[in-house]
Amino acid sequence: MSPRAAWRLESLGFSDVYDYVDGKLDWMAAGLRTEGKNAARPRAGDVARQDVPTARLDERLGDVRQRVRALGWDAVVVMNPERVVLGLLRSKELDKDPDLRIEQAMRPGPSTFRPYVLIKDMAEKMTEHQVKNSPITTSDGRLVGLLLREDAVRVAGEEK
Amino acid sequence: MPTEIDRNKLQSLVDGGAQLVEVLPAEEYEEDHLPGAVSIPLGRIETEALQILDRTRPVIVYCWDTA
Repeated sequence: MSPRAAWRLESLGFSDVYDYVDGKLDWMAAGLRTEGKNAARPRAGDVARQDVPTARLDERLGDVRQRVRALGWDAVVVMNPERVVLGLLRSKELDKDPDLRIEQAMRPGPSTFRPYVLIKDMAEKMTEHQVKNSPITTSDGRLVGLLLREDAVRVAGEEK
Repeated sequence: MPTEIDRNKLQSLVDGGAQLVEVLPAEEYEEDHLPGAVSIPLGRIETEALQILDRTRPVIVYCWDTA
């Protein structure tokens, strides 16, 4: 749609026309501010917990389990040094053989959501599909935080 | 020929005074739009562009994504 608009503007006499081809999706997926009716509504990126424990592929599961449970968590996001999400461990994976490496124990390629998704929609999806938590990432796969279903449902309830 | 740009270039152009135009339907603009953007849905470009926009300044258009 925007290419056609850009060409039409040129034909109308505008000589310096640019097309932001990645569009609003790219802008919002990067977690950048918007204006409009939904701008003040809570979104996944606002509610996701940024203090979620993380782990590297080559760490030993037993070490990671000890570390994250001491912090009161039962989930760990696995990422590379560029913060790109590679996997997820929930309770079931954390309880595997402690001598496994994280890459052997993790749930690879977990479903992720973008930070701009309205929290009301996230709460509905996570409840319907019984998803306890979900990584929130930018469009290039970098971790924003882990959204807990209990947080999503609570904040969605407060919005009503 | 219009120039394709990314997010970083958009921000520098806007900082330099470029006009930002969302060409999606007005309802989508009302829900969320980029800061400072004006709404000119594609079907209204011909009638509204010359009234709303300044032809002497750069113009950036965008929609939802590359589709």
